[in-house]
Amino acid sequence: MIDAPLPRAPRTRIGRFFDSDIWYSFIRSPLVILSAVVSIAFFAAALFAPWVAPHNPFDLASIDLLDSSLPPVWLEDGDTRFLLGTDDQGRDILSTIIYGARISLFVSLAAVFFSMVLGITLGLVSGYVGGRTDAIIMRIADVQLAFPAILIAMLIDGVVRGLLPRDLHGDIAIYVLIFAIGISGWVQYARTVRGSTLVEKNKEYVQAARVIGIGPVIILWRHILPNVTGPVLVIATIHLAIAIITEATLSFLGVGVPPTTPSMGTLIQVGQDYLFSGEWWITIFPGIALAVLVLAINLFGDWLRDALNPKLR
Amino acid sequence: MISFLIKRLLQSILVMLTVALIAFALFRYVGDPINNMVGQDTTLEERADLRERLGLDDPFFVQFGRFVVNAAQGEFGISYQHRRPVSELIAERAPATLELSLLSAILAIAIGIPMGVYTAIHRDGWLSRAFMSLSLIGISLPTFLIGILLILLFGVILRWLPTFGRGEVVQLGWWSTGFLTWSGIKALIMPAITLALFQMTLIMRLVRAEMLEVLRTDFVKFGRARGLPDRYIHFKTALKNTMVPVITIIGLQLGAIIAFAIITETVFQWPGMGLMFIQAVREVDIPIMAAYLVMIALIFVIINLIVDMLYYVVDPRLRVDRAATGH
Amino acid sequence: MRSLTKTLTAALLGSAMLAAPASAEEFKFAFQGDAGTMDPHGLFETFTLGFQRNIYEGLVARDGNMAMTGALAESWENTSPKVWTFNLRKGVKFHNGNDFTADDVAFSVERIKTEGSDMKVVAALIDKVKIIDDHTIEFHTPAPNPIMPLQLEIFYIMDKEWSEENKTTEATSVAGGDEGNFANLNANGTGPFKLESRQSGVKTVLVRNDDHWEDIDSNVTKAIFTPIDQDATRVAALISGDVDLAWPIPVQDWNRLESADGVKPLTGPEARTIFLGFNQTDDELKTGGEATKGKNPFKDVRVRQAFMQAIDIEAIKKKIMRGSATPAGLMIAPQINGFTEAQNTRPDHDVAAAKKLMEEAGYGDGFEVTMDCPNDRYVNDEKICQASASMLAKIGVKVNLLAQTKSKYFGKVLAQNEYDTDFFLLGWTPSTFDAHNVLSALMSCRGGEDNIGAFNLGGYCNPKINELTAKVQSETDQDKRQAMIEEAFQIHSDEVGHIPLHQQPLSWGVSDKVDVVQRPDNVFDLRSAVVK
Repeated sequence: MIDAPLPRAPRTRIGRFFDSDIWYSFIRSPLVILSAVVSIAFFAAALFAPWVAPHNPFDLASIDLLDSSLPPVWLEDGDTRFLLGTDDQGRDILSTIIYGARISLFVSLAAVFFSMVLGITLGLVSGYVGGRTDAIIMRIADVQLAFPAILIAMLIDGVVRGLLPRDLHGDIAIYVLIFAIGISGWVQYARTVRGSTLVEKNKEYVQAARVIGIGPVIILWRHILPNVTGPVLVIATIHLAIAIITEATLSFLGVGVPPTTPSMGTLIQVGQDYLFSGEWWITIFPGIALAVLVLAINLFGDWLRDALNPKLR
Repeated sequence: MISFLIKRLLQSILVMLTVALIAFALFRYVGDPINNMVGQDTTLEERADLRERLGLDDPFFVQFGRFVVNAAQGEFGISYQHRRPVSELIAERAPATLELSLLSAILAIAIGIPMGVYTAIHRDGWLSRAFMSLSLIGISLPTFLIGILLILLFGVILRWLPTFGRGEVVQLGWWSTGFLTWSGIKALIMPAITLALFQMTLIMRLVRAEMLEVLRTDFVKFGRARGLPDRYIHFKTALKNTMVPVITIIGLQLGAIIAFAIITETVFQWPGMGLMFIQAVREVDIPIMAAYLVMIALIFVIINLIVDMLYYVVDPRLRVDRAATGH
Repeated sequence: MRSLTKTLTAALLGSAMLAAPASAEEFKFAFQGDAGTMDPHGLFETFTLGFQRNIYEGLVARDGNMAMTGALAESWENTSPKVWTFNLRKGVKFHNGNDFTADDVAFSVERIKTEGSDMKVVAALIDKVKIIDDHTIEFHTPAPNPIMPLQLEIFYIMDKEWSEENKTTEATSVAGGDEGNFANLNANGTGPFKLESRQSGVKTVLVRNDDHWEDIDSNVTKAIFTPIDQDATRVAALISGDVDLAWPIPVQDWNRLESADGVKPLTGPEARTIFLGFNQTDDELKTGGEATKGKNPFKDVRVRQAFMQAIDIEAIKKKIMRGSATPAGLMIAPQINGFTEAQNTRPDHDVAAAKKLMEEAGYGDGFEVTMDCPNDRYVNDEKICQASASMLAKIGVKVNLLAQTKSKYFGKVLAQNEYDTDFFLLGWTPSTFDAHNVLSALMSCRGGEDNIGAFNLGGYCNPKINELTAKVQSETDQDKRQAMIEEAFQIHSDEVGHIPLHQQPLSWGVSDKVDVVQRPDNVFDLRSAVVK
C-alpha cells in the first residue's frame, strides 16, 4: 500500500509553536488572525451558550408553536424577540445556531479527538512493532478507506442503534454520532504517524534509548510521539472542518441528533424544507454560520500547515 | 513481480471478504424489511411466513455463508423492493453513476491541477489567495445544500437546466449514455459540478502542497542556478515530480467520487447506484445494500491494485522496499 | 436547383406533418416513490395499486368522487346472503388482443390465493367461484358480506392465457426466484393504458390503449412517470415545468406554487386520520423515569384526557399544516362510511385543565416518556411530534422524541417487535373506506382472531368494542349497523383510547397545461388527465 503523501513531518516540538517565526507569520496575515478570532468566537459562544443566547431553544416548554416561521427582525412581520427569525417550531434561529454550534462542535471535537487517539495509537504500534501487526493494521485501514466516511458513519450509526436497548437512544444518539464520525477518520492519523515512526525508530537516539533498556511505551511516548504532533495537529484542524460537515450531511441522510436538540447541520437540513416556501432564513443563516466556521477552521489549518513546515518558511 | 501480484490478489480477496462480512453484519440492524414489502392489511401470520421464506430467521452465519457463495458467482439475490435480480439492477444503474463520476473526475482534475500549480507558483499573489479561499467554500458547505441551491438558481429561477434525472439516454448495448443527447448533457451539468467541487478543492490543495515541496528541493534549485527558464522548471521538472503522488491520490479519489455520488444522486434524483443504495437503506432492501458495498469495495480494490502496479513499474526503488515489507 | 430545394422542403414538411399525429399528448408525472411492482397481486399498497389501475381493471371501480361504478362487471347483485353474482362486460379485450371472459376472473381469484400474493385479505373474502357462463360468475363468501363489491375494487383481473404462456400463474413474490417474475416487469391488462417500458425506480412509460372499451376524458397518448424522492427536487421539477403533476407537495410550498407561473397546488381532504396512541397494556412504562416506577400513567383516563387537552390542534393546523389539515375528533374521516359529524368533536385546548387532570391523577410534577414517530411517512409527521412534545412539556411531561424512518419505526412498534412503544404517532386510512376496518384493526382488543387489533399498538382494550365490531361485520341493515358503529366510537372517545389529531390534506401540484381529478384516497387516475 502506498502511503498518502501528507505534509512532510516537520521536525519540531510543540513547544516551538510559539517561537518567533510562527508568531511573526501569524500577526503578519490579517486573514489568519480573522479566522482565529472567528473560530475562537464560535467556540466561546458555544461554550457559554446559556449566557450568550437570548433564548433556550432546547427547553421545549419555552417554545411556542404560534411563534413559528417568523422572519428576521428587519423584515415585515419580524418580531423584536427574535433577531434572525424563528424556525418551523418557533425556536429562535440565533439561539438555535448558538446551541446548535455547541452540539456540532462538541460532536466534531470529540470525534476528532477519538480519531486522533485511535489513529495515533494504531500508527505508533504499527510503525514501531512492524511485521504482522503492521500488516494487519494497515490492511484494516485499507478496508476502511474503501468506504467514504459518510457511508461508514451511517452504517456504524445503524448498527450501534440496533445493538443498544432502544430506550437509551435519545440519550446516547450524540455519542453514537461521535463514535461513528470518529471511527471513520482514524486512518489518516494512523498512516501519518506510522510513516514518521518508521523514520524515527531507526534514528540513533531511539536505537540508543533501546540499547540502554528503555521500554517501548516510554520510547514511543517520550521520543517518537513529539515528532508527529505537527502533522497530526494539521490533520486535526482539517479533520475538524470535515467532521462538522459530515455531521451535517448525516442529518440530511436521516441519521443525526434528535430533532428536539438540533445541531447546526440538523437545522440546515430542516430549513431546507422551507427554502422554496420563502422562509429562507431557517436554512440560510445556519448555512452561513456553518460555512464561516468551517472556512475559518480551514484557513487556520492551512496557515498552520505552512507555518509548521520549516521547508516552506 | 508474479509473487508480488499474487500476494496482492490474495490480500484483495481477504479485503473483499472482510467487507462482505462487515456489510452483512450491519444490515441485521438497520430495520425490518417485511413491513415495506407488504400492505397494511397483511396479517401477522403472513408477515412471519414471508420472513421465514426469505431466510431472515436463519442463524447469522448460515445467512452470511449463503451470501458469500452467491456473491462469488455474481449473484446478489433478488431485491425486495424491485423484485428483480440485484446484479441486473446494478448493471442497469451503473452507467449513470459511472458517467457522472467520470465527468466529475475530469472536471475536478482539469480545474484542480492548473489551479494547484498556479497557487503554488504564485504563492503570495492575490489571485492565488483568492483561489485558495474560494475553493474552501467547496468544502465549507454541505454538498446537499450546494445541490439544492444550484437547483433553485439554475432550475427554478433561471430555468436553464433540468432539475432532476438524466434526460434522454441512448442505449449502446447494455450501456445507457446521456452524452449523446442535448437533454442528457444538460442534465449532467449541475450534478457533475456539485460532485466535483469537493474533489476539486482536494486536488488543488494537494497539487499545491506537493508542488511547493518539489520547488524547494535541491534539484530545482540546481536547475535555477543553471539558469533554466522558470517555465521549464515549473512544468517540465516540478510538475512531473509532483504527478506521481498526485496520480495515486486521484486514483483513490476516483473510488471516493463514485461513493460520494450517493448524496449528489439523492439531491438530483440521478438514477444511479448511489440513489438506489439510499432508497435501499430506507426500505431495508438488504440484497441491494450488500451488493452495493461489495461493489464499492471491489472498485476500490481494483483501483488500488492498478495504482500499486503502476508504482511498481514506474519507481524501481519501491520494488525493494515493497518486497521487503510485504505490502 | 431552386425548385429541387422547394420540393425537398415540401416533402420534408409533409412527412413531418404525417409523423406528428394531431393528438400526441404527452403527460409527465412524479411521485415520491415508485410503484412496488407491475404485478397487480404483488403488493397491497395505495400508490402501487393506484398506478396499476391505469393498466389493469377490476370488476368494479371508483370514480373521481369515490362512488362505485362498474368496470369489468356491468352489474352485480347479492343473489343469496352468501353469494354475489357478477355480470361481466362483453367485448372487452386485453392489451394482447385476448378476450376477457369469466375464466380470467376465476384464474385471478386463484392467483391471489397463491403464496406470493399480498392480496390474501381479498382472497379471504371469497370461498369459491362458480362460472355460470362466459360472462357470468358467482362469488361465494364464507359469511354474509354486504359490502363485498366495494372490497373488490383493488382486485384486478389478469389474462389467464397470457399468464400461462409466460409462466406467471402465481403472484410474484420477493422471496421467489426470477422465473415467475414476468408479471412484475410486464403487464397485460384491459385498462386504458399499456405498459410500454419500465425501469424500476427510474422511469415507467405508458401509452394509450386505443381499443379500450370505455369512453374516458383523457386525451393523453403517452404518460411518463418518474419517482422523485426529495421534496425540494420534486417541487423544483414541477415549477420548472419538467413534470406536469407532482405529489406530495409539502404544505409549506403551496404559496410558492400559487405565486409561480404556470403551476398551482391541488388540494383536498385525505381520508387518512393521524392520531396519537398510548401504551395501555404494561403495568410500568417502558421508557418512563423515576416518576413512573412501577406505574403506567396511561392506564389512567385522566392522563389521557390531559394529553388530549394539552395539544393545541389549531396551532398545529395553522403553523405546521399551514391551515391545510382538518382537525379530527373521530378516528375516521368524513369520507368514511360510518362517520357522523355530531361525534366529531374535541375537548377544548386548555392547558390549565390539563394540568389539573394531571394533578388529580397524581402526576402534578409530570413524568418522562419516549415518543415514537416516523419521519418519512405522513405529512410533516416529525414536525407534528416535535410540536406535541413542546406542548406536553407545558404540562410537565418530558417527551423524548425518537423520530425515525418508516422502516425503523414500523420495525419497532409493530407486532413482530411486541409493540415496543409507550407513546406513538400513527396514521390510518381504512382500505375499505368503511368504519369496520378501523374498529377492527385499531380499536379492538388485541389477540383475537383474524388480525383483530393488530394495529392497536398501545393495546387499548374494551371488550364491548370487540363485540360491536363483530356485529358490525355481518349486519346488513344499514341503520342498525350505523348505530352500532356510533356506539363503539362513543365508548372509544369517552375513554380517550387514542387522540385523533387531524386528517392530513391531499397535496398535489399541477401544471396549468393539464387538468386532473384528485381522488380522496390520493390515487391519481390517468383516465382523468387532460392535456390542454
